Amino acid sequence: MSDFSPYLSPSQTQAPLALVFDNVTLGYGDFTVLSDISLNVKAGEVVAIMGGSGSGKTTLLRAATGQLAPMRGDVKVFGTVVDVNQRAKLESLRQRMGVLFQHGALFTDLNVFENVAFPLREHTTLKEAELLDQVLETLDAVGLKTAAHLKLSEISGGMARRVALARAVVRGPELILYDEPFAGLDPISLGVTARLIRQLSDRLGCASVLITHDIAESFAIADAVYIVGQGALKAQGSPDSLRHSTDPYVRQFLDGAPDGPVAFDYPTTPAYTRWLERQGGRS
Amino acid sequence: MSVIERIGQLGAWVRQSTQTLGQFALFFGQILLRTNALWKRARLVVTQVHFIGNYSLIIIVISGLFVGFVLGLQGYYTLNRYGSEEALGLLVALSLTRELGPVVTALLFAGRAGTSLTAEIGLMKAGEQLAAMEVMAVDPIRRVIAPRFWGGVIAMPVLAAVFSMVGILGGYIVGVLLIGIDSGAFWSQMQAGVDVIDDIMNGVIKSVVFGFVVTSIALFEGWKCRPTPEGVARATTRTVVAGSLAVLGLDFVLTALMFSQ
Repeated sequence: MSDFSPYLSPSQTQAPLALVFDNVTLGYGDFTVLSDISLNVKAGEVVAIMGGSGSGKTTLLRAATGQLAPMRGDVKVFGTVVDVNQRAKLESLRQRMGVLFQHGALFTDLNVFENVAFPLREHTTLKEAELLDQVLETLDAVGLKTAAHLKLSEISGGMARRVALARAVVRGPELILYDEPFAGLDPISLGVTARLIRQLSDRLGCASVLITHDIAESFAIADAVYIVGQGALKAQGSPDSLRHSTDPYVRQFLDGAPDGPVAFDYPTTPAYTRWLERQGGRS
Repeated sequence: MSVIERIGQLGAWVRQSTQTLGQFALFFGQILLRTNALWKRARLVVTQVHFIGNYSLIIIVISGLFVGFVLGLQGYYTLNRYGSEEALGLLVALSLTRELGPVVTALLFAGRAGTSLTAEIGLMKAGEQLAAMEVMAVDPIRRVIAPRFWGGVIAMPVLAAVFSMVGILGGYIVGVLLIGIDSGAFWSQMQAGVDVIDDIMNGVIKSVVFGFVVTSIALFEGWKCRPTPEGVARATTRTVVAGSLAVLGLDFVLTALMFSQ
């Protein structure tokens, strides 16, 4: 069991829950990545999940989208348990989500416009003129309206991230999961993207979950921050409370100190132990 | 290596092969189950027929022409011994419509369009595009795999027909225009000897079956490949090997079933 009870920001206590992790343990095969994770995300709230590389942040996102079944505990989206074996129910939940993948996952055979239009073409019966308006409006929000005609090979990595962002939000989802939304963005795009994420939550009332390393930008827009590491939830609270925290783990993470409780070394796994045995036990 | 270890390896191979066969059957079943949705979006299939057909058309036309040339030459040398060179048109047409058209087209298809399909699906997997579709509540088998499957199945007999037609033209060029066989005899023997049902339709049935097999193997290899450059490269190789062997093996079975007395 986790020592933490999920943090609720004062302004969000009455809003409906969009995403709940209830004592969830996650892993791959026999390797446990995160244990006893509990967190709540409410409608209209922006939550940042932070942690070092390989700490299991993306694993949390995969569990929220139903790509990974928990080893223990329940993941609930809009009050419904995410069950990877119930395809129809899972698809109906996914239709209410938007996901920004870590590497964009844009469709390389489609141009910028068609990438953003893809979810609309698949799930709506909008007329072509309405679809054109909606896609261009969304592209305008990320500053790429006039790049709608370009092929993916003609845009930069940062622009591709913004196209992926536009695709994630074009249908106005109720829960948006952003995996490293600020990675590879220049300072201007980074600021615009952070403001856009906040505005979307405020305007649409959608819940936003950011998986990120970027402390300054995520603290500026988040209502709550969760820090994961060493296979567990290490800290949670509002950005202000964490900024003034004296917890050595939080301090080391926020200050980027080389020494402290945050382990730099990758943990020993059963797979590594087996591999080492096959090498004759040399270390 | 001890006998026990060899038996263990054999057992692992049998288990792996059975598992792969089961996965293939499951994958094929999923494609068929998801096909009904394509009636509403026929454009997805039409696009793939055009795309896959275009991949292979040039190589099919050129190969068909040269196969026709060779058939014309070899056929003439053989028939000439028995004074039956007027039957060259019949020989070329029967060889192409019954055997060479469907089989060579399927082999070329596996090497050209098949590898392209495998690499495309494999790279989509490596780039998380298939995962992104799933998360967007879009079934990748319905949206990506099924249209390509039916595109391949439809394109194959069309390509085989093109191959046979161009091959016959190649036989005509060598036999009639270069060697000097009577043009009327070339075409009339062909008309009299080729049966629409027994020869042409059976050839079409063969090419449809090959279309099912080669396209599903190509898509399956892309679908289950490791999402790495090496994984995609290995999968494309497996597509050519497995696709070609399946075509040759099935050709024997189909020929035995169709043309036995």
